[in-house]
Order: sequence, then C-alpha cells, then structure tokens
Amino acid sequence: MNALLLWFHRTGSPPHFDRFTARWMPWCFGLAIALLLIGTWGGLFMVPADYKQGEVFRILYIHVPAAWSAMFIFVAMAVQAFIALVWRIKACETLAVASAPVGAMFAAITLITGSIWGRPTWGTWWEWDPRLTSMLVMFFLYLGVIALHNAIEDRRAAARAACFLALVGVVNVPIVHFSVHWWNSLHQGETIQILSAESRMHYSMLWPLLLTTLATKFWYLGSLLQRARVLNLENESAQPWARALAAGSR
Amino acid sequence: MSAPSYLRIAAAQLRRDLALVWARRGDALQPVLFAVMVASLFPLALGAEPGKLAPLAAGIVWVCVLLAGVLGLDALYRSDAEDGGLEQMLLSPAPLALLVAVRVLVHWLTTALPVILIAPLLAEMLALDRALLPVLMISLLLGSPLLSLVGAVIAALTVGLRRSGMLLPLLVMPLYVPVLVFGAGSVAAAAQGLDHGGALLLLAGGGILALVFAPLAAAAALRIVHS
Repeated sequence: MNALLLWFHRTGSPPHFDRFTARWMPWCFGLAIALLLIGTWGGLFMVPADYKQGEVFRILYIHVPAAWSAMFIFVAMAVQAFIALVWRIKACETLAVASAPVGAMFAAITLITGSIWGRPTWGTWWEWDPRLTSMLVMFFLYLGVIALHNAIEDRRAAARAACFLALVGVVNVPIVHFSVHWWNSLHQGETIQILSAESRMHYSMLWPLLLTTLATKFWYLGSLLQRARVLNLENESAQPWARALAAGSR
Repeated sequence: MSAPSYLRIAAAQLRRDLALVWARRGDALQPVLFAVMVASLFPLALGAEPGKLAPLAAGIVWVCVLLAGVLGLDALYRSDAEDGGLEQMLLSPAPLALLVAVRVLVHWLTTALPVILIAPLLAEMLALDRALLPVLMISLLLGSPLLSLVGAVIAALTVGLRRSGMLLPLLVMPLYVPVLVFGAGSVAAAAQGLDHGGALLLLAGGGILALVFAPLAAAAALRIVHS
C-alpha cells in the first residue's frame, strides 16, 4: 500500500484522528491570528484611503475574505459530504458536520459587515439584491445543515442526513458567485482577478487582503479541527482511549 | 410467478395512493382552505384598496401556493413511515425512485393542483389585473411541480423525526427561493410589459431537471436515513 493511502486510512481511525487534530489545531489558530493581526493593521493604518469611498472601504479587508470563506467552506463541506456518503468514511462525516458552524459564522460576518458598509455607501442597511439575497440563502442553508444534524438522535444517521443536505445546498454556491453577472446587481462585480494578471486593485491596497484571506482559511482549518475533534470524542465516548484521554485531562 | 413489470407496480402504487386520498377526501380540501385564508389575511393587513393590492397580488398568490405546499410536505411520507409501508417501498424490487415519483405525483395532484385551480379566485380577491392571469397560471403550473419535487427530497431527510414540524419548512424554504423569484418575477415582468418568457422557460427547465434528479435524490435520502 502506498504511503499516502496508508496515511489516509490511519488518520481516519478515531484515536489517530484525535491526535492529528490536537497536534495541528494550535498551529492553524496561531497562524490565523498572526496573519489576521498583520492584515487588519495593514488594512487600517498602512493602506491609503480610497479616492471615492474614503475610509469606509477598509471594511473590505474583513468582508471580502469572510465572503470568500463562506463560499469556500460550503464547497469544502459538500466535497467532504460527498466522500462521506460515497465511501462511508466516518472522519469525513465528522469534518463535513464540523464545517457548517464555521461557514455559518463567516456568512453571518459577511452579511453584517456588508450591511455596515452599505449604510454609508448605498444609504441602506439592506437591499434585496441578488448577491445579498443569495448570500442570505446560503446562511439559511448552513443553519439548516446544523439544525438537521441536531434534530436526529442517531449520530450516524444525523451526520449522513446533514451531509446529504449539504450536497443539495451546494447548488446555491454558483448562484452566489455569478449573481453579479446574471442579474443587474447593486453589488459590484469582481475587482480582483486571481488567474489573469490584470488585477484592478493596486498591490499597495491588495496585500492586507491577501493576508486576511489566508487568515480566514487558517481560522477555518483550526476551527474545523477543533470542532471535529470534539465530535469525534463524543462519537467515541464509549471507547477506552477516549475515556483515558478524558480522565487524563482532568 | 414472474415478477410484475415496473409499470404495473407503479400503477398499483398510484391506485393505492389515490384510494387512500379518496378515503379521506375531506382532508384534501385543507390546503385549498389554507390558501384562501392566507390570501384573505393580506387585504385585512395591508388595507383593501385595489390600487394597493393589485401590484402585490401575483406575489401573494405565489406565497399562498408555496406555504400550502410546505405545510403539506410533512404528509408526503409520514403515514407510510408510521404503518411500515415505507419499509415495503424500500424492499420492493421496483426502483425506489419510481415509487417516490408516483408518490410525489399523487401529492402534487391532491395538494398543489387544487390550490392552483382556486388561484383565479385568489387573484380576483386580490384584484389582480385579469390580463396577467394566464401568465400567473402558467407560472404556477410550471413552478409547483418543482416545489413538490424539491420538497420530496428534503422531506425524505426528516422522515420519522418526531420534531419535524418546524424543521422541514426551515430546511426547504431556502431552496424554494429561486422558484418563487422566477415564478412571481414572470408575472411582475409581464405587468411591466417586459418579456416574461425567460423566467417561464427557466422554471420549465428547472422542472425537467428536478423531474429527472429529484426522485433519485429522494430515494437516496430515504435510504440514507433508513440505513
């Protein structure tokens, strides 16, 4: 068996999974906090004010990474859910279920920061705009996954049902992404092009955004590992190794 | 004895489901009454001037149809889950997706179609411009099967839950948003003299996609929850 497959199977076993998550979680959070601090400081103090919007635009260093992460996490959750349902890998069920609250938080941050930005810029807290509405629907879908997981008592059935709902809900992700192209939207289109070289944002304004974007990704990883570890321990609470761990930590 | 063909199994299921509905035909009127009552709440809440109601009428009728459908979804599999009929469907040699499709058809015929038939009355109550009625009816006829099919997938996930009363609407309504947007949007476009064909074609396309995939997805969901 090749080394990658062996690693994959070993990490999937609950005691190894616990050790794996415990080892990497602090690193992810540490990196996330460091990047977030540098990026936020850069966004607040280093970057020049926008010539049109003035100082208000600085909220984008939180808003945009949170929005990207909300979409990214939904796709990641759906991929994990797909793997969990097709190959019946327990660790992936746990990871998919653990993704939902993190994604819901990022979706909420996106909606709240967008609303705070919209008040001085558009003159309204909320607009029934395609981009805003589809993001709100994504937030509701995250809540639905969490609610379904909580409602079913059998843990395996709950995780599998939540995974299935995550797969169904992924149809909304392209709607969120393309909503600014498909409809006349008040929300602006993309400014930043990652694949083509012609980005319409100058590097002096871009670098804090890149840092906070990386920070949200690492925050997701850290939070994912932490939540998955708790779910894993709850699932395995009858096992001797989990009991030993709980006794040792007290 | 050879196994009966899939078509005959589907026909038997259709007859059984229709007979069950007929045996309790008083209940079948409930979605219609619900829609009429919700529709009559709006003039009372918003004020009854036709000038105020008319621009909102199509949207209100759409919301009434949608809500009546959401409340009916719970009944889609519940009696079968309680009396063991669902296990027989899962064990049947016929594809589960076919049986689910028949079940959704009966559900649509008995809960959505009566509400659609009453929609002209609702539209008249809400002072909808009569020229827009055909567009409203077409949008409802194209959109409501989509609602039933998507709802069948989500309802399959909550089968057997004791606390499903509030959960099912919460899960299903985010997925109904696009249908509502295009359904009510087609009438709004027609009211402004814009082309409403695009929204109707999107509804029809979505309906065909759902017709193909939703029974398969609902069958998969039933197996997931019951494994």
